Amino acid sequence: MSGITAERAVPDRPSRADSYLTVETGLASWLLTTDHKRIALLYMAAITVFFFVGGAGAVAMRIELFTPQADLLSADAYNRAFTFHGVIMVWFFLIPSIPVILGNFLLPLMIGARDLAFPRLNLISWYIFIAAGALAAYTLLAGGVDTGWTFYTPLSTAFANGHVLAAATAVFVAGFSTIASAVNFIVTTHLLRAPGLTWFRLPLFVWALYATSVVMVLATPVLAMVLLLIFAERAFGIPIFDPLRGGDPVLFQHLFWFYSHPAVYIMILPSFGVISELVTCYARRRVFGYSFMVYAILWISLVGFLVWGHHMFVSGQSVFASLAFSLLSFVVAVPSAIKVFNWTATLYRGQIVFDAPMIYALGFIGLFTIGGLTGLFLASVPVDVHVTDTYFVVAHFHYIMVGGAVSAFYGGLTFWWPKMTGRLYPEGWARFAAVMMFFGFGFTFFPMFIMGFLGMPRRYHVYPEEFQVWHVLASAGAVILAAAYLLPMGYFAWSLVWGRRASANPWDATGLEWQTSSPPPRENFLVSPAVDRGPYDYHPAHTGPPSMEREPHRPQGGQA
Amino acid sequence: MNRFSLWPQAASEQAARVDLLFIGLLVISGAILLLVAGLLLVFCLRYRRGSSAPRGLLPGFLRRDVEIGWTTGTLFLALFLFWWAGATQLRAKDPPAGALEIHVAAKQWMWKARHPNGAREINALHVPRGEAVRLVMTSQDVIHSFFVPAFRLKQDVIPGRFTEMWFRATEPGEYRLFCAEFCGTDHARMGGTVTVMQPEDYARWAAAQPQEENLAEEGARLFTALGCSGCHAPASAVHAPLLAGAYGRMVHLADGRTIRADEAYIRDSILQPKRDVVAGFEPIMPSFEGLVDQGDLQRLVAYVQSLRGEAAR
Amino acid sequence: MSGAAAREATLQKPWRSLRREREAVSFGTWVFVASEAMFFAGPLLAYAAYRSLWPEAFAAAGRETDIVYGTVNTALLLTSSLTMAAAAEGARARLRRLTLTCLAATAALGLAFLVVKGFEYREDIHKHLIPGAGFRLDMPPAQLFFAFYWLLTGVHALHLSIGIGITVTLLIQAWHGSRPLPSPAFEGAGLYWHFVDLVWIFLYPLLYLMGRS
Ligand code: HEA
Ligand code: HEA
Ligand code: HEC
Ligand code: CUA
Ligand SMILES: [Cu+2]
Repeated sequence: MSGITAERAVPDRPSRADSYLTVETGLASWLLTTDHKRIALLYMAAITVFFFVGGAGAVAMRIELFTPQADLLSADAYNRAFTFHGVIMVWFFLIPSIPVILGNFLLPLMIGARDLAFPRLNLISWYIFIAAGALAAYTLLAGGVDTGWTFYTPLSTAFANGHVLAAATAVFVAGFSTIASAVNFIVTTHLLRAPGLTWFRLPLFVWALYATSVVMVLATPVLAMVLLLIFAERAFGIPIFDPLRGGDPVLFQHLFWFYSHPAVYIMILPSFGVISELVTCYARRRVFGYSFMVYAILWISLVGFLVWGHHMFVSGQSVFASLAFSLLSFVVAVPSAIKVFNWTATLYRGQIVFDAPMIYALGFIGLFTIGGLTGLFLASVPVDVHVTDTYFVVAHFHYIMVGGAVSAFYGGLTFWWPKMTGRLYPEGWARFAAVMMFFGFGFTFFPMFIMGFLGMPRRYHVYPEEFQVWHVLASAGAVILAAAYLLPMGYFAWSLVWGRRASANPWDATGLEWQTSSPPPRENFLVSPAVDRGPYDYHPAHTGPPSMEREPHRPQGGQA
Repeated sequence: MNRFSLWPQAASEQAARVDLLFIGLLVISGAILLLVAGLLLVFCLRYRRGSSAPRGLLPGFLRRDVEIGWTTGTLFLALFLFWWAGATQLRAKDPPAGALEIHVAAKQWMWKARHPNGAREINALHVPRGEAVRLVMTSQDVIHSFFVPAFRLKQDVIPGRFTEMWFRATEPGEYRLFCAEFCGTDHARMGGTVTVMQPEDYARWAAAQPQEENLAEEGARLFTALGCSGCHAPASAVHAPLLAGAYGRMVHLADGRTIRADEAYIRDSILQPKRDVVAGFEPIMPSFEGLVDQGDLQRLVAYVQSLRGEAAR
Repeated sequence: MSGAAAREATLQKPWRSLRREREAVSFGTWVFVASEAMFFAGPLLAYAAYRSLWPEAFAAAGRETDIVYGTVNTALLLTSSLTMAAAAEGARARLRRLTLTCLAATAALGLAFLVVKGFEYREDIHKHLIPGAGFRLDMPPAQLFFAFYWLLTGVHALHLSIGIGITVTLLIQAWHGSRPLPSPAFEGAGLYWHFVDLVWIFLYPLLYLMGRS
């Protein structure tokens, strides 16, 4: 089978009766759909709303922090703002974002399946997510919570005066949605791969989704339980963490971080997958060290379960426990290093095109490296003792989660936009937004490293004057960053109506998802595809693409 | 505290070590970042689409060997960093014997400190320069965290248990004290000043404070009021250990273990006496869990500690 | 119902063969069960930590639970596992009568468990075993034991109720013939039921036998 003829056989655009967007119409056809592509769009709608709601919390904080005094928000209002910001951004934006939007849309396409293993479960999990979101919205409207996203006891169980129960329930319910999607992804990856698509021919994005799902399935229930314990203690006085009755508040932290450290890998692994797809496509090269990339993903997801104690270096745990967790944190950093080096090496002897998704990807590599390297500072016990609970930590995680994961999300969205909608976005605007996001990000969060090291504690709405310079810089940067996040909303919407029509494979990429029309038909592929080679076959093994012209690539599979 | 600086003041022995480690990390990660960014930049320029750079055959060694090379390289670098950081931490693990012991109690939203001679202060801490100071801390409500940036030190303060932190201040001056663990509404305002004084000045300062009854004396009254003395007094008919000299010594337990009678042990003896039963005694001591609050516990512990001196005399 | 028609009715969308679909349902249930296992692992670990911290209080509190109710319930659940296994096998072999009887027996045993549990709860409340003011024992950490007692048995009972719900739904569907016997759902439900039983097998010694040895 020749890849080229196979590609030709695919129509660029499906007929109206085929396209998943138009095959059925009417509100009910969307709200009751079991098509993974439509559900992905439903998720996209919901999650975009949450991103801006969480962003509004950030905006409120950055305005307040412009001056050392409290002028816009009262102490309680500020506490509620960052709690809400953290809760929404983590559980309602970042954890679901890439898996349930891009993953939901692409996983079946990338492995040549007609849908996810349990299509109805997929829809149910969206409704669960919406129910959780409604609870979160209720929490906000009722007045908010003031525990921090970490819900530390005994503050959350006995002292906080916000709506802890509602917030905990919202997160609890959201967890079920996550677990349902994860089960679905795992079963799909195991049982619905196209003929010939062996494990080591899977695109790295699929590997990343798979590993993420495994972590989700095993970690999320622990969060559910710990929230239940909080709920029971606060609502019914069941003393689980109550120091007055022999309970141990620090035990809560162990349980919470046992979930939440793996959760940070839930947030970053899918981005790793996206970046691997983008870098290979725009460098027109096979990914460097495919099998190492796979093992790195697995290593991260397994060892990631063993490092939770690095959030508790000052909690009074024994020095030896701290050292063990410190060692494991250093060990879990190595596979991330493998990934960074391999992406870099993938560029070597490539044919690099600087389209918007590639700019996002390059930005991701830089910002993730900075965020990860500062993770090493935090993993060093004596340094962490000084900087923990300061803005240094805030900067660390925003570098990875905002500079890293959110960039990857925007990059992936841009890359697959033509596949999802059948329309091309305006390239110039997109490049501009990508560059603006990189610089806006740097202005916002780099000052936080400095003030954190100087001793500025986090979760402070009033602060000593000597930190004001840095806060002003950060607030100013946030304006640029906000614009960079809003801009794509504009041109994406524009492209839906006026964008040029996309061909089946506008980027000349190799993945199976490009071997069907844009947008794909309801059944994904008109003929079930078969696969006869590994991923990223942009050029023959052991040589680079020729210097001047682009060699036609060989797609991974096609509709035979 | 000047307005613009890039490096926090350093005023403790630990600060110097932490700063050294921090600089080391900065240099190493700076180098890694430069390497990654540099390679990205060079590759992006050289291999941009349509450039005339040769792309031909990839040398064979560039595949597995390089991969294994940098994986082990990073692993060793990571282990080296761990060793450096770990060793630094272990050096500062235990306070020297005879450190000046100050009790700190945290509550929403203030810090209360109590010096060995009974001097008290709120949202302030005076310590002598050059002397080892040990803070024994507990909280009366939620978790707080005692943070002095200039000392590069921080320790969570937890209800229901004692946590410790020790330092040796090197520079006289006034430094900021923050609460670093989110503790509710006025978390951001829960701070104060740590004043490092020359030892003579400290002695003068401490003597000039209104001499209230100190912790141990209050503890002594509780000891009688709660009925401890009924068993533990030398004249008591009950067979219970004499507490004079108990603090700090090694205790043989009924189940064969030997442990040091530190604060935590004394505290446990009061709250859960049946856990560590002293060899040669019946486990008849009742638990005082629920009968004594954190403050009382601190007083009782201080009292038992004070008995050490009497035994030595 | 003829074999081909039954297959037609059970085959759900992305699947091309019933064998694959059956495999998917049981694999999916296993993955979910792994998730559930982590859910219970958390509090069991916390229980273990507290028990080693406060051994006397836990032993004293453990003696307050009612071993008769606990043992009867263990027997009920073990029997229900047996009937559930028979139901799943019956469905697989298309034995309609056997499947229906066994499903009904399973649901009945599950309900019996809940009823016994209800009586036990009533007595516990009567004996002031709810943590809080007026708690029966004066060692405060004994309240911790009962915190876990209520929480774990409560969550287990909730799981069991869901299990009963599923079983009854399957029973009704199989009765009406709206769910043909080859459907993979029977096997999935069986797996879940066994898991819920397994959790009880852990809870029984931790809550009832503790402090009595
Ligand atoms: C997506 C999210 C994400 C990711 C991927 C990470 C990744 C890492 N994190 Fe981070 N972290 C958070 C999100 C994340 N973190 C959050 C949200 C918090 C705070 C929570 C709160 O308190 O509210 C936090 C807090 C946090 C702490 C606790 C700080 C404190 O509260 O005191 C620590 C301590 O060890 C830590 C360490 C690390 C390490 C070692 C990594 C590593 O995995 C990083 C690995 C990457 C690299 C190292 C870069 C690439 C490598 C190279 C270019 C080669 C060179 C490498 C070597 C020499 C090894 N993180
Ligand atoms: C994925 C996660 C994620 C993301 C994307 C972000 C995004 C941002 N975060 Fe967030 N942040 C967290 C996760 C995240 N954060 C977490 C977990 C915490 C810890 C919480 C805790 O301590 O408990 C935290 C805490 C935190 C703090 C520390 C608060 C404190 O400790 O006192 C700050 C301070 O500047 C901050 C800022 C920002 C900014 C400026 C952005 C920007 O990137 C946001 C940019 C986006 C926008 C600006 C949206 C644009 C929309 C509009 C402009 C419309 C506005 C609409 C109206 C005003 C109606 N964050
Ligand atoms: C009914 C008698 C009784 C009362 C009342 C009592 N104790 Fe004890 N205590 C004992 C006995 C017996 C032991 C030794 C066995 C053990 O360790 O449990 C002991 C051990 C101790 C120890 C450990 C001593 C060592 O040598 O290691 C300390 C500390 C202590 N008690 C403090 C107190 C305090 C403080 C109180 C009052 C709040 C108190 N006790 C009340 C009987 C009593
Ligand atoms: Cu006390 Cu924050
Ligand atoms: Cu972590």
